[in-house]
Amino acid sequence: MTFSPELEARFERFLAKYPADRKRSALIPMLIYGQDEVGSITDEFVEEIAKRVGVTPLEVREVSGFYSMLHHKPMGKYHVQVCTNISCLLTGGEELYERACHKLGLGHKQVSPDGRISLEEVECMGACSWAPAVQINYDFYHDVTPEQLDKLLDGLKAGKDPEQITEVPKVNC
Amino acid sequence: MADLVKFTIDGIELEAPAGTLVIEAAKKNGIEIPSFCYYEGYSLQAACRMCLVEVERMPKMQVACTLPVGPGMVVRTNTPQIQAARKGTLEFLLGNHPLDCPVCDKGGECELQDMVFRYGAGESRFTETKIHVDEQQWSPVVFYDAPRCILCFRCVRACDEGMGVGALGVINRGAVSLIAPNMQDHLNCDECGQCIDICPVGALTSGTYRYQTRPWEMEHVGTICTHCSDGCKTTLGVRHEQIMRGNNRDRSGINGEFLCVKGRYAFDFYDHAERLQTPMVRNVAGKLEPASWSKALEVVAKKFGEIKARGGRFGIVGSNHTTNEENFYLQKFARECLGTNNIDHRRTGDVTTLVDALSGTSGTLATTADLYEKKAFLIIGADLSIEHPFLAFQIRANYRHHQAHVYTVTADEVREEKTAVRAIRKPRFQEFDALPELRDALAAEPNLVILFGDSVKGEDVRKLVAFGESLGIPVSYCALVDYSNSRGAIDMGLTPELLPGYHASGTPGLNVGEMLAATDLDAFWVIGENPLENAKLSTKRPFVVVQDMFLTETAQKADVVLPSASAYEKNGTVTNGCGEVQKLKRAVSMLGTKPDLEIIGLIAKEMGFAPRMGPWLPDTVFNEIRKAVKGYDIPLPAITLGAQQTMPVNGRVGVQTNPDLVASAHENLFTSGTLGRYSKILNSVIEKRANQ
Ligand code: SF4
Ligand code: SF4
Ligand code: SF4
Ligand code: FES
Ligand code: FES
Repeated sequence: MTFSPELEARFERFLAKYPADRKRSALIPMLIYGQDEVGSITDEFVEEIAKRVGVTPLEVREVSGFYSMLHHKPMGKYHVQVCTNISCLLTGGEELYERACHKLGLGHKQVSPDGRISLEEVECMGACSWAPAVQINYDFYHDVTPEQLDKLLDGLKAGKDPEQITEVPKVNC
Repeated sequence: MADLVKFTIDGIELEAPAGTLVIEAAKKNGIEIPSFCYYEGYSLQAACRMCLVEVERMPKMQVACTLPVGPGMVVRTNTPQIQAARKGTLEFLLGNHPLDCPVCDKGGECELQDMVFRYGAGESRFTETKIHVDEQQWSPVVFYDAPRCILCFRCVRACDEGMGVGALGVINRGAVSLIAPNMQDHLNCDECGQCIDICPVGALTSGTYRYQTRPWEMEHVGTICTHCSDGCKTTLGVRHEQIMRGNNRDRSGINGEFLCVKGRYAFDFYDHAERLQTPMVRNVAGKLEPASWSKALEVVAKKFGEIKARGGRFGIVGSNHTTNEENFYLQKFARECLGTNNIDHRRTGDVTTLVDALSGTSGTLATTADLYEKKAFLIIGADLSIEHPFLAFQIRANYRHHQAHVYTVTADEVREEKTAVRAIRKPRFQEFDALPELRDALAAEPNLVILFGDSVKGEDVRKLVAFGESLGIPVSYCALVDYSNSRGAIDMGLTPELLPGYHASGTPGLNVGEMLAATDLDAFWVIGENPLENAKLSTKRPFVVVQDMFLTETAQKADVVLPSASAYEKNGTVTNGCGEVQKLKRAVSMLGTKPDLEIIGLIAKEMGFAPRMGPWLPDTVFNEIRKAVKGYDIPLPAITLGAQQTMPVNGRVGVQTNPDLVASAHENLFTSGTLGRYSKILNSVIEKRANQ
């Protein structure tokens, strides 16, 4: 299996961080960033990573199955993640999630037919202080109101990139 | 010995070495702390939370399975808070557990049932629908029923740490976690069934036993596995004269709860449809036809009598699977009654040269226990995990628990290399070249066990012992042999050159090869062996008698075929590769068959040799063995409950034996000579692997 030169370089850097007999420590970052390029955790990808970090494919699957941000089928170009864990739940996260479901016509981990948008109900993203929180790919949106959510989703549906939806600014972390 | 620590559990003042876990300290003193995921000998998991205890001055309840005792520690195992915690844990476990007890294999011996019975809440607050996952078959041996799984991960550790296979893992998270096999939807593994046996519930079940019986309907008979020479004790579950399963959950015997696929499941050759159940005699038309026992024995006795009377030539081949008593009795009959030394068996390892070479040295024979206790191991020319699963398991456990040093010198990759301090590849018969470079490392070890396969034989064995002596440390040895009583066959004198106890026979007779090559044999008598599988008799038409369970290639050539009982259908003793004598106990009877001991006795009686031979009772014959074979003079109670090692010679062996006769069949995990050919489970595993 081949990856882009950029990803290869990134993998190199991850692997170089750990002693030769602890290469498996690089497993999670390799899976996460590899997923961005491959699209999802495919069987071929699992085998390849297993070989590179020196574990069995089953051991890779144990990890990839545990972390919900690793997907075994491709998500949309824009992956909308709504937190419904405790802080967000108390501040309207569940309503946001249900609203998103209706608006997008999608359920948990479902993808729009054109492959542009997908939705996921996620657990705490570490943004409790700014609950309720929403994440699109790697970008955060804090203290999200239903109106802001509508704008975000309508924008995405209209074919805009999140950057172009200037009414709802993403947070710079 | 680590320092002793004083502490209190439930008001009782106790002492234990520092580092002892609270759960173990409690158990040793008769206090039960319930547990699921904790399993002695495997890594700690702390996954199930069943073992919670209160410890004074610790704010929260503690898991007893990972908490070492500390000085002055005050532990309470049965407070209202603990009782409530246990109820809660069980309520969670049952929250998703199906109501399968009425049909589940584990029903009646299930740890979850027992725990709920003793500590459970009796009611549940869960009203949610249970998550259902369909049952999966992972191999001919292993089935997984996920809803029953309580996620204790014992199976995962047994496979990874115990077997060194690592074929099982945990995927997903939380309530939807599942155990998963290494090939996504199926297993590629040793098929040992350890995972099934260690499962506290009925989540893992075996292809042979599932839905066959209820545990309490069986009787449990402790006997010895009849496949390889490791000599594992197996406890057969028997119902209505049928063997339902094999396991060793009571951990008695030299092997604890270990069994490989052959010991656990491959008893199933015994009721194969092609099992011989009636004697057969070749008729005038040249066809084998069924005959009564009395008729068949009469034909054999008459013919043997004639041949003996005219000074004719016998060739007798004994077995690696028959008991010591049978082998002893057979050679006695051959030598004392038929007057011949033409008796042999298939030699699979050079034990004879080893015991001879050890004479006058400080070297000893290794015991099975040594493999778990000694500090260093040199494995020469053997794929131990594949050919000697239990010996490999012992060394693996030794490595895990005591960081034993393993050195391997093999032709191909072997599993032991993964944990070896040095792994050297050398082609077969050239293994010796690797020893000089290992010398310094080996000499620095506190002690050493050397295990060697059939590529080390004759002079090489002597050189090996000399090498061991030169290291200046205590060294013990194991000459690996193939089958359940290969070692006993040699000890009992099933060779033309040696009598029982390695005494020279005087005038050596023919060995197997010479019998096949001879052109003037009058009778060829084979007991539980298949020398004509790939060979022909050179004598034109000798009288051929075969005692076997199946119509083997050899039996097809016989004039008289006598159906014999399997190891699971008789009493007696066998000696494993390490020289440990253990008792077979009859589990079932097969209609129409007789133990070989009885068959030999009946032939002798028919020929008028009954007074000379004495009764064909295993215990009586064993008493004779005790007198005749050094080392076998062991108290019967010792082997009724366990095993006792024998050192069958004291001093040099009277004659040199021909090393060319030694050749191992290198049976793998899924083969076992003739027995393997008739085992349904081994065949289905082989077939499945071929199709993948
Ligand atoms: S049968 Fe044995 S080798 Fe196979 S998964 Fe179970 S424990 Fe592992
Ligand atoms: S299958 Fe059995 S042994 Fe394995 S985790 Fe589940 S309950 Fe435990
Ligand atoms: S290791 Fe050998 S003796 Fe033990 S169960 Fe397997 S075949 Fe039988
Ligand atoms: S609970 Fe939503 S970010 Fe922490
Ligand atoms: S036995 Fe202690 S947590 Fe499972």
